[in-house]
Amino acid sequence: MDGVEGTGVGASVPRREDDRYMRGRGQYIGDIKLAGMKDVAFLRSPVAHGHIRAVDIPDALRSKVTIAADMVGVKAIRAVTALPGFKVSEQPALADGKVRYVGELLAMCVAGDRAEAEDIAQAIAVDFDELPAVHDMLQAREADAPLLHEQWGDNVFLESVVDDPNFDTVAEKATVHIMREFRTARQCMAPLEGRGVVAQWDNRLEQLVVYSATQMPHIVRTGLSDCLGIDHGKIRVIAPDVGGGFGYKGILLPEEVAICWLAMQVRHPVRWLEDRREQLSANANCREHHYVVTAHADSTGRLIALEAKAHVDSGAYSAYPFSACLEAAQVGSILPGPYDFEGFRCTTWSSATNKPPILPYRGVARTGVCFALELMIDAIAREVGREPHEVRQLNLVPASAMPFDNITAKHFDSGDYPECLRRAVEAIDVPGIRARQAKGEADGRLIGVGLSIFCEQGAHGTSVYSGWGIPMVPGHEQCSARLTPDGELELRIGAHSHGQGLETTLAQVANEVLGIDIDAVKLVHGDTQYTPYSTGTWGSRCMVMSGGAVARACQAIGERAARIGATLLQTDVESVQIENGNVVAPGGTVSLAEIARVWYLKPQDLPPDVDPAGLEVTVGYKPDRDTGTFSYAAHAALVAVDPELGHVEILDYAIVEDGGVLVNPMIVDGQVSGGTAQGIGTALYEEMPFDAQGQPLASTLADYLLPGPVEVPDVRILHMETPSPYTEFGQKGIGESGAIGPPAAIGNAINDALKELGVEVDALPITPRRLLALIQAAAT
Amino acid sequence: MKPVAFDYERPASLEDAIALLSGAGARVLAGGQSLGPMLNLRLAQPELLVDITYIPELKTAERQGDGLWLGACVTHAEIEDGAVPDVTNGALAFVAGGIAYRAVRNRGTVGGSLAHADPAADWVTCLSALGADAVIAGPSGERRVPVSEFLSGAFETALEVGEILRGVWIPTLSSAASWGYYKFCRKAGDFAEAIGAVLQDPERGIVRTVLGATNARPIVIDGAYGDESVRASIDSQGGDMDAYDRQVHFVTAKRAAMIAGVRVA
Ligand SMILES: Cc1cc2nc3c(=O)[nH]c(=O)nc-3n(C[C@H](O)[C@H](O)[C@H](O)COP(=O)(O)OP(=O)(O)OC[C@H]3O[C@@H](n4cnc5c(N)ncnc54)[C@H](O)[C@@H]3O)c2cc1C
Repeated sequence: MDGVEGTGVGASVPRREDDRYMRGRGQYIGDIKLAGMKDVAFLRSPVAHGHIRAVDIPDALRSKVTIAADMVGVKAIRAVTALPGFKVSEQPALADGKVRYVGELLAMCVAGDRAEAEDIAQAIAVDFDELPAVHDMLQAREADAPLLHEQWGDNVFLESVVDDPNFDTVAEKATVHIMREFRTARQCMAPLEGRGVVAQWDNRLEQLVVYSATQMPHIVRTGLSDCLGIDHGKIRVIAPDVGGGFGYKGILLPEEVAICWLAMQVRHPVRWLEDRREQLSANANCREHHYVVTAHADSTGRLIALEAKAHVDSGAYSAYPFSACLEAAQVGSILPGPYDFEGFRCTTWSSATNKPPILPYRGVARTGVCFALELMIDAIAREVGREPHEVRQLNLVPASAMPFDNITAKHFDSGDYPECLRRAVEAIDVPGIRARQAKGEADGRLIGVGLSIFCEQGAHGTSVYSGWGIPMVPGHEQCSARLTPDGELELRIGAHSHGQGLETTLAQVANEVLGIDIDAVKLVHGDTQYTPYSTGTWGSRCMVMSGGAVARACQAIGERAARIGATLLQTDVESVQIENGNVVAPGGTVSLAEIARVWYLKPQDLPPDVDPAGLEVTVGYKPDRDTGTFSYAAHAALVAVDPELGHVEILDYAIVEDGGVLVNPMIVDGQVSGGTAQGIGTALYEEMPFDAQGQPLASTLADYLLPGPVEVPDVRILHMETPSPYTEFGQKGIGESGAIGPPAAIGNAINDALKELGVEVDALPITPRRLLALIQAAAT
Repeated sequence: MKPVAFDYERPASLEDAIALLSGAGARVLAGGQSLGPMLNLRLAQPELLVDITYIPELKTAERQGDGLWLGACVTHAEIEDGAVPDVTNGALAFVAGGIAYRAVRNRGTVGGSLAHADPAADWVTCLSALGADAVIAGPSGERRVPVSEFLSGAFETALEVGEILRGVWIPTLSSAASWGYYKFCRKAGDFAEAIGAVLQDPERGIVRTVLGATNARPIVIDGAYGDESVRASIDSQGGDMDAYDRQVHFVTAKRAAMIAGVRVA
């Protein structure tokens, strides 16, 4: 998308950071080389569940190996929530007494290089009393299931209930009742760059300096401070260039705690670089849900009530800071989707299993929820014999109702959902596809069209997160801004870019406010030493929160500069304004650069009564309401299914997206495209299976399939623009949307293609194996 | 993960390579596209790698008798690009182009692929269908076996310790010959879920159907193509194939037969 002219809000400015990325000059964790640095390899548990009986380390290697018993005084990672009934897990940096998943850290081995460190790990023998494994979230709740955390008495982090005493009375009004069961696979986030940490103790500063591939440097510091028992001031976390995160880099890992502890014991820097096998089989797990959903509708397809029982496979521990319950809490609150109906109830269970902790992945629970809900809508449509888009139109919240508080008290800020859907139907050409289906395909494949529509809550703040009471509750987002002597504008924020292009978009915001050239704007981020505290980059919040904070800080700088400028122009501050990086009065102009030069280098030119506040400010920002922005989108997919091989090809894919005012439309399109590729992975390819012993069955990208360029079609992205009434420029969070809609749209398209065969998909990813089994079952 | 420490030699002649391989813990390195990952995952922990890609005679590709000689170290990319004479009416180039991604094809070799004997590999199925011979060199001289015998099972071959696969000899197809090759994989460049290969060469009196990407060596069916004989072979030789495997193997064979023109839709 082209966007508006110029370099302010709305312009598709090329990304400034791409110059170093595209030339291979980015500086990632793997590029950091400190003198004397040694490498760490972790010995990981080969069993999913068991007591550690003995660890046998050859004497000659003992000084190079750390086990739990060595880490005296280090606290376990605890990600507690305030939700009533939540059970706490203690995740030690190195397994202590018991292991609860394959890949859990047993020992930390340090050597001159990684290969040697792995040699040491290979020489350690660990003896286990193996226990039967909990390998599935439903099995976890069976009466005789083995217990992960014995003191709990069961394997449930949290059961939460959204109830409505009148539900049955409401549901009775319905004539159509449909029940379906769905499963989404356990997935692995797969950023190009894995996790990695370099840590060093600085004797002069008495400070632990931690370079970490993280999207949340301040939260990592808080977590490290808790676990290591040292003050925040003794820890500096630096996040250099970060090669993708998607949520995975928002987590405090046990590896980080262990490495940092080690750095405090030894006299040299230490490093751990995650490899793909560690990432896939032990770390970046996400997304695994199970649903039983019942929809109650009338004979036209009008939804009257919806009820669900949902499980989330939370894995062995509550991960810091998002906890084991964020995912299920979301399920219970977002399942109603963009629809308006009368009755809702939902029970969710966050099951503990002998698998790696589940972590929030782009879209978090929305992707699974959207799949479950949107397949239900199509099932209703089939049942009442109408086009799925007509049934959606009956149920969507209308534009006239905005802003709208839905049945779970979500506050939809603005938008025209029915129009968005209408445009998606038009873009994919549903009538044309119906005609083509009637003719049939020459190659014998079956084609089908599918839709999904959903909203994406972004930048939700204090009021939302304090309710969950997880270790991290976002407050005001801050920006420190200062003009330097040569007129550059430094912006310091605590959030971090892991590929989103904040160095560009936040400069655009400064340009919008001050008219300053974007090349004169420097973003300082990714370093706790230099930036104000922030919960970091997650939940599609940066453009709203950091963008808002930058705008306010620039306004404040503008006011300061105006006062000095007015003095220099020998006029009063009421008669000046900021234009194109200058302070302008009717009788003259002085540039911000000149004002800065005088303030810093020629203070003798300023009158004695000049405002002493200077050209440096820190401003905190929250939108007018902090319940979140609601961007929304409709996805439309056309697929061809090979009924003999179960292969699915995406023939066309269109998205109509409303993210409010887009600060940089080109970057937004990139976000939507990338997310959609990930959503296609969720729909058709990505799965981390475990066997009954809790062994992960995929440990390389040969077994864990990611979609490639051939599998991801050219996605057509169309935009609507309904500003948010609550944010600085009307912008909304839009970073996750692309990853939410595809499984639902593609699942519905496949169901549409196979309608005559009586096939309905019920599990993700929709692999040839699953599809052929469904086709065969339907035929018998 | 990183490999264990190993020594590396790059001999210039086959004799030197064979001599180096006589030591314990020695292993051939060709393109490294299968061995590399195995080293990194520490599934292979050799003491010595003998890199054979600098041995000139293993890089040759030329017509020889009524067929084509391909040295073991000819790469997938060289075959894809037509840098070797075409005796198979385009079959070799077509199959090569469908292996993995270009980066893998640039280094991966036909000999390495056969010696690795992954049932899902393309040359394993393709060369069985074409009736190629494998030529093996070792301390006690040279021997020649049909590729279908060279492959003795999943990741198992007729190679004895210390032996090197020198190359393959592929018989020339007559101009009237037709072939069909249908590879079913979940994504482009991925290893196959199932491969069907069918060759029909009336002048040489050959009709052959090969089912690849099984759990063992390819299933070779000589004689006229028939849906029923394919199903019967899957039943008798498919090992522990489940319903899905049976279905996709049957369908890929059927589609290969249609492409080769020995079966109509
Ligand atoms: C991402 C990826 C995707 C792939 N997809 C496919 C695919 O779709 N289809 C496919 O067919 N293949 C695929 N491959 C495998 C690829 O074709 C390899 O090139 C091939 O399997 C091995 O050849 P190489 O020359 O790299 O052998 P190497 O990796 O060097 O060696 C493999 C094994 O063979 C032995 N060896 C090698 N050469 C000889 C010889 N001349 N004599 C005796 N022993 C020898 C080695 O000791 C080793 O055990 C893929 C590989 C990758 C990395």
